[in-house]
Amino acid sequence: MNNFGYARAADVEDAVRQIAADPGARFIAGGTNILDLIKEHVTLPSRLIDITHLPLGRVEDTEEGGLRIGALVPNSNLAWHPQIEARYPLLASAILAGASPQLRNMATTGGNLLQRTRCFYFYDTSTPCNKREPGSGCSALGGINRMHAILGASEQCIATHPSDMCVALAALEARVLARGRTGERSIAFADFHRLPGDTPHVDTTLHEDEIITAIELPPRGFARNYTYLKVRDRLSYAFALVSVAAALDIEGDTIREARLALGGVAHKPWSDRDAEGELAGAPATADSFRRAADTVLRQARGFGHNDFKIELARRTIVRALTQAARGMPQSQADKRISGGPS
Amino acid sequence: MAQRSSAARRRTETLPTPAKMTVTLRINGAARQLSVAPWTTLLDALRLHLDLTGTKKGCDHGQCGACTVLVDGRRINSCLTLAVMKDGAEVTTIEGLARGDVLHPLQQAFIEHDAFQCGYCTSGQICSAAGLIAEGRAQSADDIRELMSGNICRCGAYPNIVAAIRQAMDRRSRPPPGEGAP
Repeated sequence: MNNFGYARAADVEDAVRQIAADPGARFIAGGTNILDLIKEHVTLPSRLIDITHLPLGRVEDTEEGGLRIGALVPNSNLAWHPQIEARYPLLASAILAGASPQLRNMATTGGNLLQRTRCFYFYDTSTPCNKREPGSGCSALGGINRMHAILGASEQCIATHPSDMCVALAALEARVLARGRTGERSIAFADFHRLPGDTPHVDTTLHEDEIITAIELPPRGFARNYTYLKVRDRLSYAFALVSVAAALDIEGDTIREARLALGGVAHKPWSDRDAEGELAGAPATADSFRRAADTVLRQARGFGHNDFKIELARRTIVRALTQAARGMPQSQADKRISGGPS
Repeated sequence: MAQRSSAARRRTETLPTPAKMTVTLRINGAARQLSVAPWTTLLDALRLHLDLTGTKKGCDHGQCGACTVLVDGRRINSCLTLAVMKDGAEVTTIEGLARGDVLHPLQQAFIEHDAFQCGYCTSGQICSAAGLIAEGRAQSADDIRELMSGNICRCGAYPNIVAAIRQAMDRRSRPPPGEGAP
């Protein structure tokens, strides 16, 4: 591996001070993505600042009745936390759909948000990539792009965000707490990750001198009518071709409120307020779900190999909304996709 | 952080080599002190510094699970862990599972069920299975398959691996003779 220095952050303020003072430094917590990126020569930090000893490992109640999840809570602890299982099973399910048990034991809540795309051209330093080397070009546009974005892409970058957990957090309208030199701020989840535009090397709106301290979940967890449906090439331990987090508030046969977020289709977890708005007040029927899917995908665009993802996303949205409406969330162990036409 | 492009992080100048650091790990019950560079992974520390070569290097990218060990009782990929970050931790490798000549129930079950062919993934499979059993989440064969998905076996011994883990789980949940409930 390439050489780098190592330092520990004494506290959150010290972490912010150290990252601000050294433009070549990076934080390390779970390490599951950054060490991979270093080994692949994609990221070459001068120094790693170990933040694993900071007191950010707790899950606490918020005054509003939600939960505050410390940035260092490991993914597996979060998925199996009694409060998450009971009140936010959509989040638990999405976490368990991603990575492997070993990686979930290491990976942290904050780090999950900051993981980089798994676009293979981003990892292959012998090819142009605007995300890795701004201005060098996008190899995926005219290359092998089966895994790539169908929504919100730009001529500069068609990479997707790889996280499953973040798709659930987008649907649940979580907030990201970040601490910088001027204090702490709260960022709406929809504003945290960016679309690529002309600056695909910038993944998020987090500032250079900021550290994620926590994720806040609002009180509503949609524990009755939800699902996380992930479609992938292998039945386990593979990134999503398309994934859908669906959460419904249903009274009788009528949807009162709907939350819908997609993974594997864009540079960020993809939410569509128009589709959610159309579902609100609509009957919980296949027709309603199909209309919502059409709305989500109205501007979808394929790049050749990934054209199939548009129809796949349409069907996955309809199936996920069906599962959520029936109160039959997809099992992450039994791989048969439930909720077919009855 | 996010605004810092990868390119900006590409070092062109030669930086002084950071000094080695002293780390104490409690490995298979014994404290071991070692001097490692910051970029030494726990996997390389085990194999190259401590001669514990039972833990295998497969992909070195967290994809195959051959390097799985238990750190403070949790299964992790030692290839994606820096040794310097685990100062003071309790590490259990495949060498630490048997009690003298008595094999760990998982080791015994893997033999009884012929749960390997070439054996390269087996250390990782067994350490991962030990972690799985400690987690206490797997109830069915489907659960075992899903929760062992971080361990690849290219010989394809999966059905026997699942059977071996089931046996070890069953024997664990059954009280040993003489200690049964009244």
